[in-house]
Amino acid sequence: MELSLATRVVSAHTVLEVGGEVDVYTAPKLRERITELLDGGIGAVVVDLGKVEFMDSTGLGVLVGGYRKSRTVGASFGVVCGKESLLKIFRITGLDQVLPLYQSIDAATTA
Amino acid sequence: MATVRLEFSPEPAHVRTVRLVGVAVARRAGVADDQLDEVRLAIGEACARAVARHQRLGIRDSVEVAFSDGDRYLVKVVDRAADAEQIDGDEQLTIDVSATLLQGLVKDLHMAPLASGPGTEVRMGWPVRRRSR
Repeated sequence: MELSLATRVVSAHTVLEVGGEVDVYTAPKLRERITELLDGGIGAVVVDLGKVEFMDSTGLGVLVGGYRKSRTVGASFGVVCGKESLLKIFRITGLDQVLPLYQSIDAATTA
Repeated sequence: MATVRLEFSPEPAHVRTVRLVGVAVARRAGVADDQLDEVRLAIGEACARAVARHQRLGIRDSVEVAFSDGDRYLVKVVDRAADAEQIDGDEQLTIDVSATLLQGLVKDLHMAPLASGPGTEVRMGWPVRRRSR
């Protein structure tokens, strides 16, 4: 399944809803969208991985890049992920200790 | 032992195709259903790594992949790129994360330089529970 991206606003946070497969081919589109949001002056970005069916290290790299960029522009950045198959790759790579991960959009927008 | 081989141009768009083929062969070989996600991810990581190595040096040679159905399910991914110096930024981060992910995912993993010429070979194996013919 191709990558799908959609944004909506929840409690003053811009939620980027990601769906489909985030891999070496599609990750650049995700990177571009996150950069666009942060460069556009959005102060709070939440990346929702709830509809992601597959993600590889390229996707992880994009999320870390987004987190780093958010810190340089003074925005908040969170990732919503409740799927065990995806959480596993965050844990293996140790990125669960680096990225602000949340179980739900509610948790991410009230943090 | 049955083997499926394929070659692909070092383009990210083809990695998904290889993942799909790899999982189909794994399923037929008898890899347990609860390991197929791991197989899919590992094949994708190994192929994406090979594509990145070729692209960094502008190498247009194909990446070679072989899936073998025997006592174990074996996957071999061969690239033809010499080792390059580390680079800065997100690309290097992704390469580092990819290596960590492969090592964490696959217990039976061997990565070694090719015996002749530049390049590396990644070999991965998984147990099979049954044989289907």
